[in-house]
Amino acid sequence: MKKIFAVLLALSMVFALAACTSGSNEPAAEPEVDIFAKGEGVMTYAEYAAADLDTEVTVETFVQATQSWWDNTITAYTQDNEGAYFLYNMACSEEDAAKLVPGTKIKVTGFKSEWSGEVEIVDATFEIEEGEYIAEATDVTALLGTDEMIEHQNQFVAFKGMTVESEAIYKWDGSGADGDDLYFQVSKDGQTYTFTVESYLCGAGTEVYEAVKGLKAGDTVDMEGFCYWYEGLNPHITSVTVL
Amino acid sequence: MKRLLPLLLLVTLLLTACHGSQGMAEFAVPEEFDASRDYEITFWAKNDTNRTQVDIYEKAISDFEALYPNIHVNMRLYTDYARIYNDVITNISTGTTPNVCVSYPDHIATYLTGQGTVVPLDGLFADEQYGLGGSSLLYDGPSMDEMVPQFLEECRIGESHYAIPYMRSTEACFINKTYVEKLGYEVPDELTWDFLWEVSEAALAKNPDGTFAVNGQNVLIPFIYKSTDNMMIQMLKQLDAPYSTPEGEIQIFNDTTKDLLFTISPHAASQAFSTFKISSYPANFLNAGQCLFAIDSTAGSTWMGTDAPLCDIAPDKIVRFETVVRAIPQFDPGHPQMISQGPSVCIFNKRDPQEVLASWLFAQFLLTNDVQIAYSETEGYVPVTTKAQNDPAYVDYLSRGGEDNKEHYFAKIEAVQLLLDHTGDTFVTPVFNGSASLRDAAGQMIEEVCKSRRRGQTVDEAYMEGLFEKINSLYRLDQTAASIGGPGSADDLGPLPAMSKGLLIVLALTWCGIAVWWLRSRKKE
Repeated sequence: MKKIFAVLLALSMVFALAACTSGSNEPAAEPEVDIFAKGEGVMTYAEYAAADLDTEVTVETFVQATQSWWDNTITAYTQDNEGAYFLYNMACSEEDAAKLVPGTKIKVTGFKSEWSGEVEIVDATFEIEEGEYIAEATDVTALLGTDEMIEHQNQFVAFKGMTVESEAIYKWDGSGADGDDLYFQVSKDGQTYTFTVESYLCGAGTEVYEAVKGLKAGDTVDMEGFCYWYEGLNPHITSVTVL
Repeated sequence: MKRLLPLLLLVTLLLTACHGSQGMAEFAVPEEFDASRDYEITFWAKNDTNRTQVDIYEKAISDFEALYPNIHVNMRLYTDYARIYNDVITNISTGTTPNVCVSYPDHIATYLTGQGTVVPLDGLFADEQYGLGGSSLLYDGPSMDEMVPQFLEECRIGESHYAIPYMRSTEACFINKTYVEKLGYEVPDELTWDFLWEVSEAALAKNPDGTFAVNGQNVLIPFIYKSTDNMMIQMLKQLDAPYSTPEGEIQIFNDTTKDLLFTISPHAASQAFSTFKISSYPANFLNAGQCLFAIDSTAGSTWMGTDAPLCDIAPDKIVRFETVVRAIPQFDPGHPQMISQGPSVCIFNKRDPQEVLASWLFAQFLLTNDVQIAYSETEGYVPVTTKAQNDPAYVDYLSRGGEDNKEHYFAKIEAVQLLLDHTGDTFVTPVFNGSASLRDAAGQMIEEVCKSRRRGQTVDEAYMEGLFEKINSLYRLDQTAASIGGPGSADDLGPLPAMSKGLLIVLALTWCGIAVWWLRSRKKE
């Protein structure tokens, strides 16, 4: 019996050791990677915002949406956890353009510029990095008409409970045709704003393009889109819900 | 089977010969227009993002269809020449070009690389029944003598006219006279480049609080040019400097171009000067009191000035000032030179000559007084016929400049008058396959210098050498018509790609193989 017990004890020890060993072979928990940490020579959003126009800037940011690729360039709406960057006509092959899906992290070097109030990065190049982030829409409805709105320039934002003032038209004065940019007016608290469905971002046939075409004066809508600027607020809408 | 072989070879040869022949038979004017048939023609129209212009096109179509009920015109709207150009190029390859299309002659020169793609119009112009002022037309169109010769000549490519002019404009300088005088200057009747540079630099003086003294604002760009392509082209022309030959030899990379860029460079560095591409529309800055000299097309005149009928900026940003309109600055004001621009209309060839004739009837209808006068009044455009220019209704319109800020907005009518007074001083650049790229390149050199200086980079001789090389390569100016074979020649497409060469060699070898096999078979027989 003692012999059997000794054998059992030995076996238990072996199994216990094995268990311990196998336990120690498990990969150590990976240290959490901060996808928003800036690499060397990369600006924080605050540094970017403070940079003078026409200076070279390098940022790490995440693609939220792109306009159509054209002539080896692409225009992208990008954002990190601190702010947004509009990349205008960034050098990009057609092959690379296919990789710029929402969430993709990129390191961008270009020049800070301003066009009709829209602050953007131009003459840019980029490289794809590890990491993924898709921004939640920030509700900025309460900021409409305030000076604070511009702090959200280029961000993915939401506007809730807006009233449609007029049906959408093709081009700013209705001189366009189906497939062109759609312009429509919405109001909140007595103030009217012009919103746009940018055809290179959401063209004819997309859900938002067709939905906006169907809006009627008096409709109440929730919308999401990018806080673009042209001589003032001029959001590029990506979704609309009639309430 | 062996007897069948020669027949098969013949059929194969015929099929091979047909393959790749995209050319269309040359158009010949039919003796009679067959009004017993229905025609569906497509018209690709360009407007300046202007609803009234769209309405005029629609009315023209409706009026035309009332006269010719068997011709139905389907319009597709564009607001950008480049988009039309791209779409036409795409549709040439699929044989689905429009019938009638608003185009620039530069673009037509490229369309002509497809054989028989665009209809030469000289035969149609001269046709007694259906030509200009023809006896069988159902409307009162202009005769050949009533076309403004300069404008018609602009539509000639090589030996033939490939378009008719539709509207013409030039560029003008829209000036904030109030601010110029505040700086102690008088606006001269004829501007010089030196005057603009001097006043623009003077305008940069600042108050102790950092705002600009002339406007009390934080933003001021004294001089903004909308089209830097035109800026460079006109500067070179005024100095009688080389640009290109009519055959397409590129001459723009010369010392005068370099000197001009060196002249512009310090004003870009001080930010006394900027461009549309870098900053935005000149009108937006002008109307906000943030610009003294805004140069843009006369066809943009309804956007210029405190009381402009069209405006993109918020009403509370508009500043009141006196606007004056002048011709673009000159190096030699005694011999002014300014560009002629504006839409022309071309007709694409089709297999059915009757369809082409129907297209011509519609295109020519666009030259009638009602269309010409109505469209020209939407912007700073000039009618392309003396018939319309001398029409009492048009003369009355011109005499009423300033009566209101809409139809008779003074800046628009002054801009039009400027072109009417200077039609003889206008010019166009040579048209050839590649001239559109050269035009882009001309402006891009100014853009590059401006951006470089704003970014604190050095612009010196070495920079210029690099810039010339870069632009030459970027716009493929070494591959234009002159270096290969002249306008419209098949050689314009450049050397055959390696894959095409390989396929041709394989094809030749296959034929040789078939021939050898056939001869050997005959021998055995």
